[in-house]
Amino acid sequence: MLAYIFKRILATVPVMGVVALFVFLMLRLSPGDPAAVIAGDYATAEDIARIRENLGLNEPIVVQFTKWLGQLLQGDLGISIFTNLPVTTLIAQRLEPTLLLTLTTIVFTVAVAIPLGTLAAWKQGSLIDRGVMLFSVAGFSIPVFVLGYILIYVLSIQLKLLPVQGYKSPFTDGLWPFLRHITLPTITLSVIYIALIARMTRASVMEVLQEDYVRTARAKGQSEFKVLMKHAVRNAAVPIVTVIGLGIALLIGGVVVTESVYNIPGLGRLVLDAVLKRDYPIIQGLILLFSFIYILINLLIDLAYTVFDPRIRY
Amino acid sequence: MFRWTRRSVMAASVALAATFAAPALQANAESVLRVIPHADLKNLDPIWTTAYISRNHGYLIYDTLFAMNEKFEPQPQMVDTYEVSDDKKTWTFKLRDGLKFHDGADVTSEDVIASLKRWGARDGMGQQLMGVMEEMTAVDASTFQFKLKEPYGLVLESIGKISSNVPFIMPKRVAETDPFKQIEDYTGSGPFVFVKEEWVPGSKVVYKKFADYKPRSEEPNAASGGKIAKVDRVEWTYFPDQTTAMNALINGEVDFFEQPANDLMPLLEANDGLTVEINDPLGNIGFARFNHLLPPFDKAEIRRAAIMAMKQEDYMTGAVGDQKFWKTCYSVYPCGTPLENDKGSEVMATGDIEKAKAALEAAGYDGTPVVIMQPTDIPLLSSFSLITAEKLRNTGFKVEVQAMDWSTLTSRRAKRDPVADGGWNMFHTWWIGADVIDPMAIAFSGNPDKGWFGWASDEELEAARKAFANATSAEEKKAAAEKVQERLSAIGASGHLGQFFVPVAYRKNVKGLIKSPVQFFWNMSVE
Amino acid sequence: MAGNPGQVDFSESADTTLSSRKDVSLVAIMWRHPSVFWGGLLLAVIVVIAIVGPLFTVDPVALNPIKRLKSPSAEFWFGTDFLGRDVLARVVHGARISLVVGLAVAVIAVVLGLLIGLVSGYLRWLDAIMMRVMDGLMAIPGILLAIALISLSGATLVTVVIAIVIPEIPRVVRLVRSVVLSVREEPYVEAAIASGTRLIPILWRHILPNTIAPLIVQATYICGSAMLTEAILGFLGAGIPPEIPSWGNIMSEGRTYFQLTPWIIFYPGIALALTVLAVNTVGDGLRDTLDPRIARKM
Repeated sequence: MLAYIFKRILATVPVMGVVALFVFLMLRLSPGDPAAVIAGDYATAEDIARIRENLGLNEPIVVQFTKWLGQLLQGDLGISIFTNLPVTTLIAQRLEPTLLLTLTTIVFTVAVAIPLGTLAAWKQGSLIDRGVMLFSVAGFSIPVFVLGYILIYVLSIQLKLLPVQGYKSPFTDGLWPFLRHITLPTITLSVIYIALIARMTRASVMEVLQEDYVRTARAKGQSEFKVLMKHAVRNAAVPIVTVIGLGIALLIGGVVVTESVYNIPGLGRLVLDAVLKRDYPIIQGLILLFSFIYILINLLIDLAYTVFDPRIRY
Repeated sequence: MFRWTRRSVMAASVALAATFAAPALQANAESVLRVIPHADLKNLDPIWTTAYISRNHGYLIYDTLFAMNEKFEPQPQMVDTYEVSDDKKTWTFKLRDGLKFHDGADVTSEDVIASLKRWGARDGMGQQLMGVMEEMTAVDASTFQFKLKEPYGLVLESIGKISSNVPFIMPKRVAETDPFKQIEDYTGSGPFVFVKEEWVPGSKVVYKKFADYKPRSEEPNAASGGKIAKVDRVEWTYFPDQTTAMNALINGEVDFFEQPANDLMPLLEANDGLTVEINDPLGNIGFARFNHLLPPFDKAEIRRAAIMAMKQEDYMTGAVGDQKFWKTCYSVYPCGTPLENDKGSEVMATGDIEKAKAALEAAGYDGTPVVIMQPTDIPLLSSFSLITAEKLRNTGFKVEVQAMDWSTLTSRRAKRDPVADGGWNMFHTWWIGADVIDPMAIAFSGNPDKGWFGWASDEELEAARKAFANATSAEEKKAAAEKVQERLSAIGASGHLGQFFVPVAYRKNVKGLIKSPVQFFWNMSVE
Repeated sequence: MAGNPGQVDFSESADTTLSSRKDVSLVAIMWRHPSVFWGGLLLAVIVVIAIVGPLFTVDPVALNPIKRLKSPSAEFWFGTDFLGRDVLARVVHGARISLVVGLAVAVIAVVLGLLIGLVSGYLRWLDAIMMRVMDGLMAIPGILLAIALISLSGATLVTVVIAIVIPEIPRVVRLVRSVVLSVREEPYVEAAIASGTRLIPILWRHILPNTIAPLIVQATYICGSAMLTEAILGFLGAGIPPEIPSWGNIMSEGRTYFQLTPWIIFYPGIALALTVLAVNTVGDGLRDTLDPRIARKM
């Protein structure tokens, strides 16, 4: 098993390599010229040429890539073109809101979606089941930003229950302000994710309910609740956790939109900003970071199976 | 197993988040002005970039030698007294006593000269001034002298320039940075101090009051007069989303909204807690810029025909909306400023498709398509582009609108190549009124080598601009400015699309807003 | 299963494994799954509107600054936007764009994914390389990848379609590959290989047919998610050029006016939600009917 774990970890290296190469090429071949943007309205062609020179944009692309990769391996993501700050600093500043928003979203989603999905599986074909299924299809069909605007309008502007925007840190501003500010973004971001996981839970639990040991347990007269909790949900956990891991990619996409609507100074805003301004080092750093997180989480989930799921052997 | 996974992921994430959390906040009884600025502060060097947001940042933390009042007359700011020799070639300035940088050092003549040199390498007016400058010398720690090669009419106007690039005074060690590299030390001598530790680029900028700032005794008047910081902190929070920004102001989560979209006004005005007013009396001037190098706009007659089709009312209604926020203005200098006049304005004032058609026919248009670059991330310019496209089509031009974002546009507009090689025929932009207040504006250049994108070329125009720079009396200046306008109209340099005003909106407890084309944050208080 | 990370879209529902798989005619599918019927009907209506509708509306890009931001009325059923354009005309034209984007993305992603998946599932040496590339692509969040690709190549309808296609390809490849891997172990395929049949006929005759059912299902999900992605890209200002009235663009332009003139976002939003709902419902029904076991492996 150790050999498997080692192999699995090693296998992420070429994947990261592919990501790095792809990200570099994609952005360096882009037509927008950051030097011209920086130089502004008054700049002459010479000004722009000098700025290009200073930024190292004139060197051959292979040289640029080699340099970049070398720095990358030392944990140096470069300097942002516009703000002149290290990309790692910019990311560190923005990490907390995004991390906590993702976390609250996962917690909220799991807390809502798994009971919903289980309930739907248990009461298969009932009105509850149909309701859950309808919600799970509808959840996939509503654009995130429309939902966000509606929630702000109803809950913040009309009912004045929650703040419109912004982010408060639980560590410096306190837990209560944090929760008040994070509630709307969390709900907004969760909807599509709840739709996904409720569906997956329903399917997995339903499958487990067909298994012999569940029938046996039922036949032995165990209470429905106990059967559901002890057998169905526990055994359905593997596929559900898989989907949670895969959904991280979905979540990251949603974060870009949600942070923009709720004005949360997180990584999603950073990346969008950087793309619009052609701040190459930031875009590269962030795509790499997100991809790395995705690969890492899926690696962890895979490894968790080998350790904890007796049915899987390698 | 499932429970194990979830719990440990949570624990790990919380631990990770804690690592990156900022240190605990001190108890605050400080007064804070919470502002939504018009743009995100991307870089902190107002000499390196012309971005208005960097200029506004500059005004918070730096001071200037001279500063414009509401009538655009340069008034001493850091300078206490000054003298001009009889031959008008030697200018001697003495700094006020007690001027200090944020690090405690005194402001000296050396700092001033180094700062002016760096500015003179980047700014258009600065370059002109440096062109007539024999030498700048430090007479003593607080006295410095300009020796000019010839008398020059715009010495104080240049060093008291209100908009980008503003000749801000930085410490010598900072001002010695290569003008084409960004500064990394943000020490200034202005009324506020930039708090670098709290800067979150793309989101938040924090300034705190500079306790040792010595304001002038005069009342504030535009950029001139006493700059008194009346709040302990100014916090800029950038909002990429207008709807969210508006809601935050309505909900009292911020105090001041610098540039709300004009269309949001009905909602903001309906709110009793808010004041909505026009703060910049000059407003902005919409421009449709032609590429004078490429057909079809390499002919003055065809450019003039296109301008005739541009009815300002249509641009303003379509892109700005409510008529209380715009007016037509057929002077190239903003209406309401000293040089406003009506020489040659009949072309601009035409606004008639039929007349434009006739003019186009007379000019002999050969059907060369017009490529308009449309910056889709800037709604106002996006609308201008679409309106122009429709007007030119109706006039008989063949038009191709190419959508792109503003950053692509700014790189492409620098290209002089033919359209097939990435060139262009037209783009739209706006200048704030203060930037086009006189013939020295780069927008009015007739020198294709050094001028603004579009590269208008007209020797008579350049001669008139030079006459303006050298004029020493008000009458001479006026006459030269009128001549410049006449030439701009004759060559159809750019289409002018109207003068529009962007109001500010703020909560009623904010007091002391200064009327000016540039947003200042001194003198403002929160009650 | 653990080593086979799969699909973020919908997965199977166990109840349908019990249903008969003999009769897969369209009528039969609709009979067993009324939701497919309603979804299909809705989709058909939307398609008809998209094809015929534009003939009956005014020009969706004609500006009319005097009549900007008007409420819905007899003249403008859905009101007008900030340039005085007719929102109804724009929404109807937008249906074309959204359907074209959805369909184009689905078809291109499926075809490319199918080719790569077939070849790499069959040729072991290529498989290792292709799978690493696919893993790499899959690790990059789709929206970010799309935004970056669009800023790379400039926003046009074609580049937006390509940018949405690329992140979808790895999922199709994985699906196809898993089918190929399971089918090539089947005796009849092994027999064909043993008897010296060449590669292409084997792929064509034996393997391809097995991939069709799960691919059709997959295509519907890609189609739905492509339409949503287009809207999100438009919202973020990185989508189809704004002079093209796609639903994403209409909503993006309306976002500033959301509290003033909500209909600018409301109508295209409803249209988008209904269309995606219809496509997904049809997809669900097809999946349940055509082949739940294989869909499961995605």
